Amino acid sequence: MNAPTPAFSGLRSTKFGSKLTWAIWFLLVVHAVVVLAGFVAPYSFETQEREHPYAPPTRLHFVDCSGKFHFRPFVYVTKASENDLNEYQQDCSQPAGIEFFAQGDRYTILGMFTSTRHLFGVQSPASLFLMGTDGFGRDQFSRLLYGGQVSLFAGFVAAAFSALAGLLLGGIAGMYGGRVDDMAMRFAEIFITIPWFYLLIAVRAFLPLQISPLTAFLLVVSVIGIVGWSRPARLVRGVILSARERNFVLAARGFGASNAYLLKKHLMPLTFRVLLTQMAVLIPQFILAEVILSFLGLGIGEPFPSWGNMLAQAQQYHVLVSYWWMLLPGLAPVPVFLAYHSLAETLQERIKSYI
Amino acid sequence: MIRYLARRAAHGLLMLFGVSILLFLLFQAAPGDFLSDARVNSQISAETLAQLRVQYGLDQPLPVRYWQWLKSSAKGEFGYSFAYNTPASTLLWPRARNTLLLSVPALLISWLIAVPLGVFAAGWKGRWADRLFSSGTSALLALPDVLIALLALLIALKTGIFPVGGMTSINAQDQGTWAWLRDLGWHMVLPVGAIVIGSLAIILRHVRASIIELMDSSYMRAAEGHGLPRFKLLFGYALPAAANPLISLFGLSVALLLSVSLLIEVVMSWPGIGPLLLEAIMARDLFVVIGAVMLSTVFLVAGNLLGDVLLYAFDPRIRRQA
Repeated sequence: MNAPTPAFSGLRSTKFGSKLTWAIWFLLVVHAVVVLAGFVAPYSFETQEREHPYAPPTRLHFVDCSGKFHFRPFVYVTKASENDLNEYQQDCSQPAGIEFFAQGDRYTILGMFTSTRHLFGVQSPASLFLMGTDGFGRDQFSRLLYGGQVSLFAGFVAAAFSALAGLLLGGIAGMYGGRVDDMAMRFAEIFITIPWFYLLIAVRAFLPLQISPLTAFLLVVSVIGIVGWSRPARLVRGVILSARERNFVLAARGFGASNAYLLKKHLMPLTFRVLLTQMAVLIPQFILAEVILSFLGLGIGEPFPSWGNMLAQAQQYHVLVSYWWMLLPGLAPVPVFLAYHSLAETLQERIKSYI
Repeated sequence: MIRYLARRAAHGLLMLFGVSILLFLLFQAAPGDFLSDARVNSQISAETLAQLRVQYGLDQPLPVRYWQWLKSSAKGEFGYSFAYNTPASTLLWPRARNTLLLSVPALLISWLIAVPLGVFAAGWKGRWADRLFSSGTSALLALPDVLIALLALLIALKTGIFPVGGMTSINAQDQGTWAWLRDLGWHMVLPVGAIVIGSLAIILRHVRASIIELMDSSYMRAAEGHGLPRFKLLFGYALPAAANPLISLFGLSVALLLSVSLLIEVVMSWPGIGPLLLEAIMARDLFVVIGAVMLSTVFLVAGNLLGDVLLYAFDPRIRRQA
């Protein structure tokens, strides 16, 4: 057995450190790109190019048809071929260079900044579809970025919501103990007992189906939060139960501190580390939950993109077989999940080494 | 033995009660019901609607409705489907059977793969095999189940070897039992495979973790110090000692599997509980929704109970407590 010896603990913590920074940086960049979707994406999420349904990813060129090399990457204008609408042909006479800070659709970032400049784009009649288009000729890459706003932040907000609910209920259960504790934990157990997707879908079932996108977002977030509060609650309760008997808490109590004061000032701060780790575990789960709800048509609806409702189009057999790029929204969460998983793992190991 | 199991069963039953009460409370909070769509329909008069409401018992207060549902559940009917005009059970039972047809083999296969692999990875912790294994499970964990289901469907469509969705071929019933069974098995391959892939990673990781935890204990070190071969150490000593956490995990893995199975059923159009649940939601057929969720919970409780029985059989410590 090559068991880890204490001598390596210093080494190990730097390894944790680098892994942690890597994951955090990656997530920050992804979230920033998604928030700035309007700027980064060459098109808006609802721009339809009806002449380009199911267009494959546009090919970037450096060498033109006559074999000449160009430093600026460029694309050719494509047109659906006349005998087969699924086939697109490049028109060698119409090159269009990629422009940076190009003019395009109007967009608003965070409801504050409005602009028409995009990070990159091409002048029409050429078009730039980095990940192809869907059946309406909407740019998949742009929609993927906008969809990330929905999917990533739904997961994040829902996780924050259930962590908060868990903190409150778990805190109260751990602090007051006895019957309150029993009740709260039995209640939590009910939520854990039901298979997770079933509960998620059932809770969604009892809520209205036809709603506006913003309501849908809030609804999905609260449904996921409601379904997921029990695990953080249990963890918080455990921490508080053990911390309640520690000397500084007993001393504070001896000075006449009330339960509520103790909970707020001394006990809840102790749960911070556990909750943060739990968030890292929950967020990818909840992102997936949003993707699944929208995939099944129970979440965010058209025309607003979410990774789930984008992927739903791939359920049609002909789309699935012929247009591989329609599966990309299903791959989009993978790097994000990997980063969150590695974050959660390192945080968990850190907690273990603290105890 | 009996007392221990009775206690576990009572706990399971209590859980089911809790779940059903929770579902009814949600039901109560739901805006609109099956008849709200009919209200817009000018063909149906207000009197007819009121009559239907009485007939379906929707005018009753919540406790009365719950009591009536309990009575009908005791008869094995699980309430009434508004959309199909039958007791919910006639819809639920065949679907439940189909879901089990997928999840039981998937459960067995996942565990048959996960246990030996997980033990090996734990035994060779930190070596290249273990690292390969860890990155494999990380990748699998990060793959959304929806994508796995779609990829399975894509395989069926592209290769043409496997049937695309559904449970049996149209004329399978006429060709005798044997051919029918073979056809059914052929249809099961992809969905079961997809469920296994979707749930394997988590089970594997837990198996590995619980064995690793054991390997640090003093008696395992002693056994190692006596020069026992690694293989015997792992499978002869560590695995039986890890029975307790593993069997508890077995119960939990049922929940995981059912969740994954729901998605796979929907995408691969397998007539299980999953598609029924979705249909019922779209039609606001709430008793069927409740029935489907209750059934999934019953499976889960049954899985946990099975885990308890196994635990009782394998872990003498439990027997002494009971």
